[in-house]
Amino acid sequence: MSAPLLEARGLTKSFGAVPVLRGVDVVVPAGSVTCLIGPSGSGKTTVLRSLNGLETPEAGTVRIGDVAVDWATRPGRRAVSALRDQSGMVFQAHNLFPHLTVLDNVTSGPVLAQHRDRAEARAEARDLLERVGLADKADAYPVQLSGGQQQRVGIARALATRPRVVLFDEPTSALDPELVGEVLRVMQSLAAEGWTMVVVTHEMRFARQVADQVLFLDGGVVVEQGPPSEVLVEPREARTRQFLQRLLDPL
Amino acid sequence: MNGIDWDLVRRSLLPLLEGLVRGTIPLTVITFVLGLALAVLLALMRLSGNPVVSGIARAYVSIIRGTPLLLQLFIIFFALPSLGVTLDPWPSAIIGLSLNVGAYASEAVRGAILAVPRGQWEAAMTVGMDRRTTLRRVVLPQASRIAVPPLSNTLISLVKDTSLVSAITVTELLRTAQQIAAPTFDFFTLYGLAAVYYWVVCLVLSFGQTRLETRLSRYVAA
Repeated sequence: MSAPLLEARGLTKSFGAVPVLRGVDVVVPAGSVTCLIGPSGSGKTTVLRSLNGLETPEAGTVRIGDVAVDWATRPGRRAVSALRDQSGMVFQAHNLFPHLTVLDNVTSGPVLAQHRDRAEARAEARDLLERVGLADKADAYPVQLSGGQQQRVGIARALATRPRVVLFDEPTSALDPELVGEVLRVMQSLAAEGWTMVVVTHEMRFARQVADQVLFLDGGVVVEQGPPSEVLVEPREARTRQFLQRLLDPL
Repeated sequence: MNGIDWDLVRRSLLPLLEGLVRGTIPLTVITFVLGLALAVLLALMRLSGNPVVSGIARAYVSIIRGTPLLLQLFIIFFALPSLGVTLDPWPSAIIGLSLNVGAYASEAVRGAILAVPRGQWEAAMTVGMDRRTTLRRVVLPQASRIAVPPLSNTLISLVKDTSLVSAITVTELLRTAQQIAAPTFDFFTLYGLAAVYYWVVCLVLSFGQTRLETRLSRYVAA
């Protein structure tokens, strides 16, 4: 069996005196979907942001494909951006560039960072917008779109750099409930196309239907992991059961 | 006490306009452009992680903002020659005003850069942009919108501050008024006219500011 596409080992980080990650491992085979779940403050978003160096762990390693970073050696800016270039990211608050059209948002990576041929990048961006159902919005500005549409543009922008892994940081948490479905459906179709995805989410139905593995984090450690049919349906750990129970029955 | 000498007004309109068009306006435009470039440089220095670089910028802004512009002009024009540096009135004026505008505008530019949300930097990084590209293509375009109101203030102040260079013998609007008024002793008419000219220029600029703000806010949520 070949090495997994993404492998993070022993991620450790604290904010001041407060430990947020206490030795987290994440192993993601190519073409699979990994969901990180857990209560707020569990460290799941910090894990995700450590995979592309938006957070700087104090120790641990991250490897995507053949690009690796050992955080304990305090890697320089260049090494971190080499790692970051292996992935794309979809943010909770979409973080689209408000002064650029939808099309220019999607081509921003290929044209401004990767210096690919502009015409080719635009054609590819139009295909991506078609795929997320926004072909007719290419010339709109982000402010003219609904939250769900903005998030789908964010997905297209992340895919446009041809990343090996796509990281999603609670992509539906900031959306009105009726807009969640359109974003999850796009993500589901990406999973079906074989994209490698790591998703921080509270959407348990999505995790159950789409994920290949689920990691439940609490207190900066992975409490339990496995296929969703185990972790989400028959959790072994009391802490996992408690968390899922609260999601199902918040009152 | 006579009324207004309308004949003098008529005869002064064109010379004063010339002082405005050949002195005040080009001084304002040139020094604003140079000052803005300096301001962006100073703002980036302030925001750099290097304490020496940011310290230099901080000290510069502190000194310029902490001393009178008139004094700065006097140092450049009257005091530098004793160090062997002799500058003509116009270069002295341009240097003095630009250095001054740069310091004031740098605070506006710095504030505007800091007001661009952190998520914009992060998004740019995740699509692969380096720091320079992020600044040029993502942060500064958004910061420039945020900086329009404070920079408009700086520009309007600058229009009036250019009158100070009359003290180092640059012929602009105020000095023209002084020169016409001196032989006639009709200071009220000439200074009054000059005031109207300044005011009209600032009115036009305020109008332009409103137009620009409307234009730049088209694609930003209310």
